[in-house]
Amino acid sequence: MTLPKAAPHGLRPVTVVRIAIIVVVLACWEALSASGLLYRDVVPSLLAIGKALFNLLTEPDMPVDLSWLGLQDGTKIPAIYWHLYVTFYEIAIGMLIGGLSGLVAGIALGSSRVLREAYEPLLYYLGPCPKIIFFPVMIMWFGVGPGSKVAMGAISCFFPVALNVAGGMREIDRVLIRVGRSFRANTWQMVTKIYLPAMRHPIINGIRIGLGVCLIGTLLAETKLSNSGVGFLVIQAYSLFNMPLMYALLIVLFVIAIGANALIGKFGGLDDIKRK
Amino acid sequence: MGHAPIMSTRAITRTRWFPAVLGFGTIFAAMLAVEIFIRLGLINRFIVPLPSDILAALPRVVAEEHVLSRFLLTAAEAFSASILVTIFGVAGGVLLYQFRLLREATETWVAAVAAAPLVLIYPLYLVIFGRNATTIVVMGFTAGLAPVMLKTLEGLAGTRRVLINVGRSFNLTPWQQFWKILFPAALPTIFVGMRLGLIFALINIVGVEFLINFGGLGQLINELAERYDLAGTYAAILFVILISINVFVLTEWLERWLRPVE
Repeated sequence: MTLPKAAPHGLRPVTVVRIAIIVVVLACWEALSASGLLYRDVVPSLLAIGKALFNLLTEPDMPVDLSWLGLQDGTKIPAIYWHLYVTFYEIAIGMLIGGLSGLVAGIALGSSRVLREAYEPLLYYLGPCPKIIFFPVMIMWFGVGPGSKVAMGAISCFFPVALNVAGGMREIDRVLIRVGRSFRANTWQMVTKIYLPAMRHPIINGIRIGLGVCLIGTLLAETKLSNSGVGFLVIQAYSLFNMPLMYALLIVLFVIAIGANALIGKFGGLDDIKRK
Repeated sequence: MGHAPIMSTRAITRTRWFPAVLGFGTIFAAMLAVEIFIRLGLINRFIVPLPSDILAALPRVVAEEHVLSRFLLTAAEAFSASILVTIFGVAGGVLLYQFRLLREATETWVAAVAAAPLVLIYPLYLVIFGRNATTIVVMGFTAGLAPVMLKTLEGLAGTRRVLINVGRSFNLTPWQQFWKILFPAALPTIFVGMRLGLIFALINIVGVEFLINFGGLGQLINELAERYDLAGTYAAILFVILISINVFVLTEWLERWLRPVE
């Protein structure tokens, strides 16, 4: 593989192409916005989106009690941070419940042929079903508050983690398992000393996919029925037909989602395996 | 004597039918347990309906809620989205393969888009296209495009060197090289991508139908839930799951059937 050499101006051709694509897309967007071909505001100007993004992140419009920080009463913060906190909290608990139960289920499935053959097909086929259809049931079980969103996140995250861990268990070098057995390791020791360290990559990959679907499950549930969270803000922007705000929110969401995905890949060592 | 029962248990667990019986037996036992707990009053029947009521509601939901026409609508939406995904996804993948610089510049972007929670832009499509089938089809298309592009690219880039050299030694034109060598070699991977694209499209289509309360099977669940028809809601969810599973099995089978013998 020989990469094209850097151009005289110091920029690699790939970078030049990337910049060109971004410039062309932005120019087309601006032209479409100015042309009036679509309904007014459906494609707002970049300036309007930038302004909405700036206001979203900096304009303090929500009173909060920060007396515990020594700040006076009536202090305001931008509302987005409160909603981000709610969504983050729901996703974190959903990931914890779904991820841990997925890990346990995956280890159980991976360590026994009978369990695998009995239950893995169920998980395999239930896994890709659209999880959002369970939302009415989750509302009945856990209420209209954060509970039902956490449940949606947990259900979404459970399947990829369980299937990845079960698959990872089967890939473990048999020698390692025999070493553990010859040391008479008990189940807990086998899990913590042999299985988990040997399955680092499948587990991290499962968590990465799990986080993606957990995010989708939680945020979609928020758009359907809630009064807080980023999903709620998106659907509220839709109801108010505040398109610049909706674009600003989607930008924030995608930056967070893609960033989290890349971070897990980077720190989980997944990028290293791909390069090998 | 002491070993005989252990051996026989092992023999049973090693039979071909045992895992399937265990799997379905567990589902049946769980349903039976829920039925008993509800009848004993340990589970509130206004939150979880009796499993027997759910099964009884299945024929009612199928007959009274126009399930066939709903299914056909969802299927038509999924089919349209899949066609679009296949055309644009495969074309996009070929484009990225042919123009190396473009590929190096954008492959990570496409991968990032494939991992992004794209379905969250459905409110945007609602504004642009309105609350109709177009929004749903475009959502399915958006969700399925990146995986098909990536798989097409993976298939083309993974063509064995020897096959490409055979083409060169026959002095094939670039057009012939593509249609006679590259494309057939990449086809199995492209099918994997198409299946992924269809599944992504279907998940998003049913999801958005439910969210915007429009269209086929997704809307059915939303309507029954809003009517507080508990048994009906559970039955409809069961029905959608069964259909989804059938689609996965069918596409899996189709993929295996279409895959050329290695």
